[in-house]
Amino acid sequence: MIDLVARSLSVRLGRNEALDGIDLALAPGRFTVVIGPNGAGKSTLLRTLAGLLAPSAGSVTLSGRPVARMRAAERARSIAYLPQGGQVAWPLPVADVVALGRLPHGEAPDSLPPEGRAAVADALSAVGLRGFEQRPATELSGGERARVLLARALATKAPAILADEPIAALDPRHELLVLDVLKAQARAGALVVAIMHNLTLAARYADVVVLLDRGRLKAHAPPAEVLTEAHLAESFGIAAHVAQEEGGLLVVADRPLPEA
Amino acid sequence: MPSSRTLLVLLLALLAVILAGASLAIGPAPIGLAEAVKALLSDQGSASIVVRDIRLPRTLLALLVGWIFGLTGAGLQGLLRNPLADTAVFGAPQAAALGAVAVLYFGLAGALSWTLPLAAIAGALVSIALVVAVAGRSATVVVLVLAGLAVGSLAGAGTSLAISLSPNPFAVTEIVFWLLGSFEDRSLVHVGLAAPFVLVASLAVLAAGPGLRALALGEDTARSLGVDLGRLRILVVGGAAIGTGACVAVAGSIGFVGLVAPHLVRPFAGYDPARTLVPSGLAGAVLLLAADCAVRLIPSATEVKIGVLTAILGVPFFLWVIARRKAELAETPA
Repeated sequence: MIDLVARSLSVRLGRNEALDGIDLALAPGRFTVVIGPNGAGKSTLLRTLAGLLAPSAGSVTLSGRPVARMRAAERARSIAYLPQGGQVAWPLPVADVVALGRLPHGEAPDSLPPEGRAAVADALSAVGLRGFEQRPATELSGGERARVLLARALATKAPAILADEPIAALDPRHELLVLDVLKAQARAGALVVAIMHNLTLAARYADVVVLLDRGRLKAHAPPAEVLTEAHLAESFGIAAHVAQEEGGLLVVADRPLPEA
Repeated sequence: MPSSRTLLVLLLALLAVILAGASLAIGPAPIGLAEAVKALLSDQGSASIVVRDIRLPRTLLALLVGWIFGLTGAGLQGLLRNPLADTAVFGAPQAAALGAVAVLYFGLAGALSWTLPLAAIAGALVSIALVVAVAGRSATVVVLVLAGLAVGSLAGAGTSLAISLSPNPFAVTEIVFWLLGSFEDRSLVHVGLAAPFVLVASLAVLAAGPGLRALALGEDTARSLGVDLGRLRILVVGGAAIGTGACVAVAGSIGFVGLVAPHLVRPFAGYDPARTLVPSGLAGAVLLLAADCAVRLIPSATEVKIGVLTAILGVPFFLWVIARRKAELAETPA
């Protein structure tokens, strides 16, 4: 079992203190959703957790080992990272895109060993895109492409999956499809973290919610404790209604509050 | 089951062999293919001199130069995730030419010295570094092409300056003809000067293959998959500069092969940057061998320079690619 822990984590981007003294312990088997207003440092946090940005102070450790000092391939086998607004530069077949997830294992798309082929097939099944193997990834709809890129992250079979806005620009059905996949990964024991702006879906899917505001950690708790009208007013600057519904919390943003 | 890519590689290799044979058999002296092969392998008097000292060097140079231009073109297109990338777009051939001309002009070395390819490589490296520095890492294609145009023009101006200040009209003619790009009158010494650098450049670009493939999904994804982007850039840009510099030093500037070759192979080899490298290099070799046979067959008082021919054919192709892809090029970052 793994855990991903940030201790007194600060990150500077240029002159900007993007993250300031974050303490956060993420456990396996849980779906953690990171929320916060634009510019709160969500992407910076995810990139630092993934080892793509170096902390200016503090540390990120994966099962006790500093992520920044892990060998690139080993880190890549342990942490799968799905960036925001994923792009595919060439019309590669879907199977090849997903097979890139095997690169950290030293497996190339044209010569996948049996376990690599099985991982690619599993990943495509998980996102419901079996039969799409030979389709050029650039000719898919936005929702299909998002699922292909998610399958790429799954194919690594990493114990930790970090996804930056995996449901941005997706229709409601694809939002649910993608979140179901991530939730299933968490249920199967993976450490799953996703950044989201849809607060109702965050409340429905998250086991725990992390609220970031101006580079600081405001809250880290189950959805009902984080998604309160007070927190939403303070961090997002909105008047919101939060209601307990059958499927979970329903968060309705009502109006922006005047700037303090 | 052989894939279409395997078939393509075999076909291109076969074409290269056929064209190399043709290249040994074509020329003013009437020596046919069978005779040429015989003259190459055993001493046949004057026929052997023609084949071994005149036709063999230009055949080998066309192979080497075409291969490395095709390979580095595919590598740069993969690195920048852009089908319009080529060393010529970075102004590298002009800068390499300036490096070589500077050496010749200041009389630092003769035309058959190691200094020449090294100076040309230095010129190519400076131009690519300058373009990347000015355009920035996430520059759009437009910015990149404009920066390359500026650097290429500056290097061209430097070369023109050297020519106009040259006290010796014969040296001027020589520099100008050399700049036009040709495999005419080259010897095996030229082949020997270029070959080690072509080998190093090939190994560097081929080593970048798996990283280029991952880069198709963007820099962040590639890094998260364990790809060292700094190393990848050094391999591809360094390989391109070394290959371009060495080839310009021995054959003058021959453009657009690196731009055209990857486009010709993608319909058969697929778009995977790693899988286009070798076919693209072979296609480059085939293109230059064919062009070098063509310049010998075109009826004219003196031989048409191959650099002129590749530009005449390559520029319309460049324009055609731009016209076909202008919608997506408008917003693609390089």
